[in-house]
Amino acid sequence: MEKNTYDAIVIGSGISGGMAAKELTEKGLKTIMLERGRNIEHVKDYVNANKNPWELPHRGGKTQQMIKDYPVLGRDYTLNESNLDYWVNEKESPYKEDKPFDWFRGYHVGGRSLMWGRQSYRLSDYDFTANAKDGIAVDWPIRYEDLAPWYSRVEKFAGISGSRENLPQLPDGDFMPPMEMNVVEKDVAARIKKNYEHRRMIIGRTANITQPHNNRVNCQYRNKCWLGCPFGAYFSTQSATLPAAVATGNLTLRPFSIVTKILYDKDTKRAKGVEVLDAETNQTYEYFAKVIFLNASALNSAWVLMNSATDVWPEGLGSSSGELGHNLMDHHFRAGAHGDMPGYEDKYVYGRRANGIYIPRYRNLFGDKRDYIRGFGYQGSAGREGWSRDIAEMSIGGDYKDALTEPGKWTMGITGFGETLPYHDNRTYLSKTDKDKWGLPILVMDATIRENEQKMRIDMMEDAKEMLEKAGLENVKTYNNGYVLGGGIHEMGTARMGRDPKTSVLNKHNQVWDAPNVYVTDGAAMTSAACQNPSLTYMALTARAVDHAVSEMKKQNI
Amino acid sequence: MARVALIMGGALISGDYLLSGCTTDTDNKKETAKTKSADKAPPKLAEVLDAKQISFMNEVGETILPATKTPGAKAADVGSFMAVMVRDCYTPKDQKIFIEGLTKLDEAAKKQGGKDFLSLDAAQRTKLLTALDAEQKQYSKTKTLEQPNHYFRMFKELTLLGFFTSEPGATKALRYNPVPGKYDGDVPYKKGDRAWATT
Repeated sequence: MEKNTYDAIVIGSGISGGMAAKELTEKGLKTIMLERGRNIEHVKDYVNANKNPWELPHRGGKTQQMIKDYPVLGRDYTLNESNLDYWVNEKESPYKEDKPFDWFRGYHVGGRSLMWGRQSYRLSDYDFTANAKDGIAVDWPIRYEDLAPWYSRVEKFAGISGSRENLPQLPDGDFMPPMEMNVVEKDVAARIKKNYEHRRMIIGRTANITQPHNNRVNCQYRNKCWLGCPFGAYFSTQSATLPAAVATGNLTLRPFSIVTKILYDKDTKRAKGVEVLDAETNQTYEYFAKVIFLNASALNSAWVLMNSATDVWPEGLGSSSGELGHNLMDHHFRAGAHGDMPGYEDKYVYGRRANGIYIPRYRNLFGDKRDYIRGFGYQGSAGREGWSRDIAEMSIGGDYKDALTEPGKWTMGITGFGETLPYHDNRTYLSKTDKDKWGLPILVMDATIRENEQKMRIDMMEDAKEMLEKAGLENVKTYNNGYVLGGGIHEMGTARMGRDPKTSVLNKHNQVWDAPNVYVTDGAAMTSAACQNPSLTYMALTARAVDHAVSEMKKQNI
Repeated sequence: MARVALIMGGALISGDYLLSGCTTDTDNKKETAKTKSADKAPPKLAEVLDAKQISFMNEVGETILPATKTPGAKAADVGSFMAVMVRDCYTPKDQKIFIEGLTKLDEAAKKQGGKDFLSLDAAQRTKLLTALDAEQKQYSKTKTLEQPNHYFRMFKELTLLGFFTSEPGATKALRYNPVPGKYDGDVPYKKGDRAWATT
């Protein structure tokens, strides 16, 4: 038992798990990080990162075999031969859908920190007070000021590039120099500012470093982030938190370790450790620690808790409120508008910017009132068309080819990322009949967007059109490419924070009410979704929770 | 941005531009009994396109995107690229359309001038394929999801994709820089400057 005993256990090695491991080990705790999948070594294992496009046999596309093997991944852009190895094997790890639900997972060291979109925004007090103000779900147990110093801490470590804008709904952070808008985006931004009092178009705030930082090379503008970056220019477990944790000498990383349950001690009313199933050998091990950080991603963290049922908590650890697995949220998107920008034929760009523009939320703020609550932000970009454009007046031949070797007209598109509300009925639960490759019960998804989101989607389209037209774009067309919950890859809410153990799973420090030495600091903790990309908030919640855990350990409270 | 998987070219490339390689589930389900036998195992490369057919498709490709002041589709061996794509990415239904398309194209050539495609001179080939392109454009305009794709649209799409993502296409017809190192969103452009191969 002794050799399996650590000060801390971290379950999961993605964005929040990596951050937990870094913070815990830097505070001197001997920590084991358990990852269910294989190891991916920084740079060495980024097998396609330096390939030229013609070195990929299908040029990045998808084969019929891939479509067959990855029926879920194939629902979106995510199915692609260039980074197929970073996505979960769906045959080994299936899930069920009472209602359609997209679940895009990465089961390996680094988790989805390798493939994430890197957009990094703070929540504001408009978000932290929203549930209380609207009288829905439960109130967040924290406010912006509780999290602000922790946002700063993780931003400075991760390296977030962005511009300072003084917007109350999107607080500024500790940024690296921002990336640049292109010439058309700059003009559109200026017109939006002129046309609307409370709207701004800003450069995206992204976890790509624009200056060298902690032995990482600044972004080289290749825009191949999701293959893994040989320069370490974007924040991932591999590029940032793992090397920091390893450098302390306090970290043990164990891949192929499926945590099947948290072991609960009835006498101490604390967790004493975890049970691990070795994914390769099918052998079972136990690991023990004083504190456990659960960072398996929102749905799998709920799975670990639900699968940790005891006679005390038959529905799972943390289930006493009846909220475990409920309030499943995401960001809905794929609705917006695009159009053509006349002129600028004498302008072009150099480099491939792994970032776009952002239009922070303005709906239901500053006196605006809609027939739905909450709001959305837009993400998008402007650029010149490439060779795949149609040239209406041309067909085939030399002139056609030569025309395609020149850039086409400027176009711009924006898509909304909207808040989904925390509905109690949107839930995940353990299947009583279906098992995965290892004989473990799989999750069933029973969740959908509802009237508030549907109304918002119409506005996301119509308002995008109005804004782009007013900014000088022509042939502006709206689109709604359809969305089912999960597609935003921002799963949240399945073990929410709250002020009352009767209505929430976690307290204001992310401790499980029913087992205070278990902290859940991934998307599961979110009490509401806001509309900002959420990963930065998970990082900040994690750093804050680790600080609390270490101080509680010193006081011998946990 | 994060939500648009761009490999090369424009936003369309990863999506429906490659219509035949991205057939939807509904389309798969609508496979008819007639083509179902092909479902069993993916055919070997040679079973889809043989060397002669690859060479034929290089000639078709070269007519669509000929060598000008920069290399053309034949220099990029788009025929071999098509063989891989049709084998791996097309549904059995689309594979059939593609392969029958080779014969249809020859039939159209004979109808136009009494000779098969390879016996036509460059100008005649261009004339023929221009007509076929007009035909597929007209057809595709009103085509529903259930109706079969037009073979010439497949030929043209794979020629464009194969050429512009190939080494000669990306580095000679277009401009390619694997590591730009910086971003400038406002650089001068004059007519004739080549487009970037990747975005």
